[in-house]
Amino acid sequence: MSGTAPVAPAPPRTALGRLGWAVADGWTITRRDLSHWARRPAPVVVGLLFPVMTVLMFAYLLGGGITVPGGGDYREFLVPGMFAMTMVFGVETTFAAVAGDAAKGVTDRFRSLPMAASAVVTGRSAADMLASVLGLAVMVACGLAIGWRWHNGPAAALAAVGLLLLLRFALLWVGIYLGLVARGPEAVAAVQILVWPLGFVSNTFASPAAMPGWLGVIAEANPLSATVAAVRELFGNPGWDGASWAAQHAMTLAVVWPLALVAVFLPLAVRRHRDLGR
Amino acid sequence: MGGTGHAVLAEGLRKRFGATEALAGFDLAVPEGTVCGLLGPNGAGKTTAVRVLTTLLRPDGGRAEVAGFDVVRQAARARHRIGLVGQHAALDEVLSGRQNLEMFGRLYHLGAAGARSRAGELLERFGLTGAAGRPVRLYSGGMRRRLDLAAGLILSPPVLFLDEPTTGLDPRGRTDVWEAVGSLVSGGTTVLLTTQYLEEADRLAGRICVVDAGRVIAEGSPSELKASIGADRVTVVVRREADLPAAAAIVARVAARGASPVAVDRDTRRISAPVTDPVAALTEVARALRDAGVQAEDIALRRPTLDEVFLRLTGREQAPGREPGGRDAARGAVA
Ligand SMILES: Nc1ncnc2c1ncn2[C@@H]1O[C@H](COP(=O)(O)OP(=O)(O)O)[C@@H](O)[C@H]1O
Ligand SMILES: [Mg+2]
Repeated sequence: MSGTAPVAPAPPRTALGRLGWAVADGWTITRRDLSHWARRPAPVVVGLLFPVMTVLMFAYLLGGGITVPGGGDYREFLVPGMFAMTMVFGVETTFAAVAGDAAKGVTDRFRSLPMAASAVVTGRSAADMLASVLGLAVMVACGLAIGWRWHNGPAAALAAVGLLLLLRFALLWVGIYLGLVARGPEAVAAVQILVWPLGFVSNTFASPAAMPGWLGVIAEANPLSATVAAVRELFGNPGWDGASWAAQHAMTLAVVWPLALVAVFLPLAVRRHRDLGR
Repeated sequence: MGGTGHAVLAEGLRKRFGATEALAGFDLAVPEGTVCGLLGPNGAGKTTAVRVLTTLLRPDGGRAEVAGFDVVRQAARARHRIGLVGQHAALDEVLSGRQNLEMFGRLYHLGAAGARSRAGELLERFGLTGAAGRPVRLYSGGMRRRLDLAAGLILSPPVLFLDEPTTGLDPRGRTDVWEAVGSLVSGGTTVLLTTQYLEEADRLAGRICVVDAGRVIAEGSPSELKASIGADRVTVVVRREADLPAAAAIVARVAARGASPVAVDRDTRRISAPVTDPVAALTEVARALRDAGVQAEDIALRRPTLDEVFLRLTGREQAPGREPGGRDAARGAVA
């Protein structure tokens, strides 16, 4: 049988060669995730429709009872918040995929192959970011359909989209790290539940100023709040005019918070991945 | 590979998880082209040893070489020479069997076309061509294991590690895997397999290393191991209790060359003693008993089973498992 066996090329010696392998291997992993969507579209479709349903529910069922700051249109107020929520809930996808691979031994098999070690992580992030772009596109279409508009021109609108994807990118690393640390299905459930308060203890639906003291402080400090406030401003949609420092500096925080999360969780995830062998 | 002629070499490996010493001075030498079975109960350290040898886990102490490459310092090169089939099928459940093999082939850098043709060959060889397009989550346990094995063989690695390859399989699946492993070995692959099942070690492995509490406590061919806990025994059951002393004297005389004690059990009228040349001893005892006019109900040779070897070596009450299949409770993130 050794006669027909293929011979694998030796690992590249140059930095450029190694980069080539890293990109090729990362792309192989990304393709794996894209094949998942094609083979099992149901979870993807549900993942896309859930935020759409939520928007419709808030807009048509609950929206009437909520007064918008400055007397603006409720849907204009709601939609940017839902964009950001979609980014936050994406963390569950990342987390579940990483934890699932580790539990099934797929991660071990990858680690026993002569592939670029970074590919597992970069391939995963590329696939998840693609999924998020798609999810955001669907949400934008949904927003436009129910009457939401951007008012400050395409450049500001694109900047807002950039901030949303930046938040998703930051949470990606949180998801990868937690997925590598988690052991067993209980941990998976715990993370899925913890995403909810992160989403709701924020300025997405209610004003932090109207929340009980400590909860309001947390909601102000929530990275999600910074992104939501900044995105509302960029789109020219109504938002809360908080007097707090965080509310006054939302635009800065919407950039700094995600970068800080990346700075903390990217090295943690990389180290955790390396330490799987310790 | 290497100057040692050993495909796998481990010296004094140590690995500790918190308070558990999973490997406590683990030594192993597997000559090229042979099959070595690591036999041991659940928790003995078999998986930990395999994970160290396949570069997945860094040992706290000791050293190991696979195909002549140090598993810590030359891990990347060692990875080109090994195939690993882990304790739990490491497959993508959503993808089809073919997609799984193509993906792993690409990760070995065979290129798209190379990966595709290799996947086709392996599916054919493991009888999975018919199921190639179906998602793996619809495969039976035996099919998964075969696909897992195929994934471990993409490069036809000179050294293959199989961690409990048949645990949890039905008899049909087990036979399939055994046959696949058998054909590999005839192709010259060195195989290190772990198992809790004596029958499996006996059937597949030329050499067995008994592992307990993180070290190899005995090794040899199956028959050497059996011999190591004592020779075969001649057993005589006499018809009348009154004949016991005479029969015991005869057995003692024959067995004396082995210089071992004679066991006499009055209740069952049974006499037994270990002997060095079992066939000669059996004939001699039979003749001497007839000459002395002692009527024997039964005269037999008994060879210790691997179970007995195992019990003796590990000092446990229960052999880990006499029969493959059934037990798969230890599944979990840590295992
Ligand atoms: N990652 C780990 N963390 C903590 N303990 C572990 C880990 N892996 C193995 N162990 C422990 O080390 C010992 C040996 O385990 P293992 O090598 O899996 O044994 P076997 O494969 O022979 O059943 C067991 O006591 C097990 O609980
Ligand atoms: Mg094990």
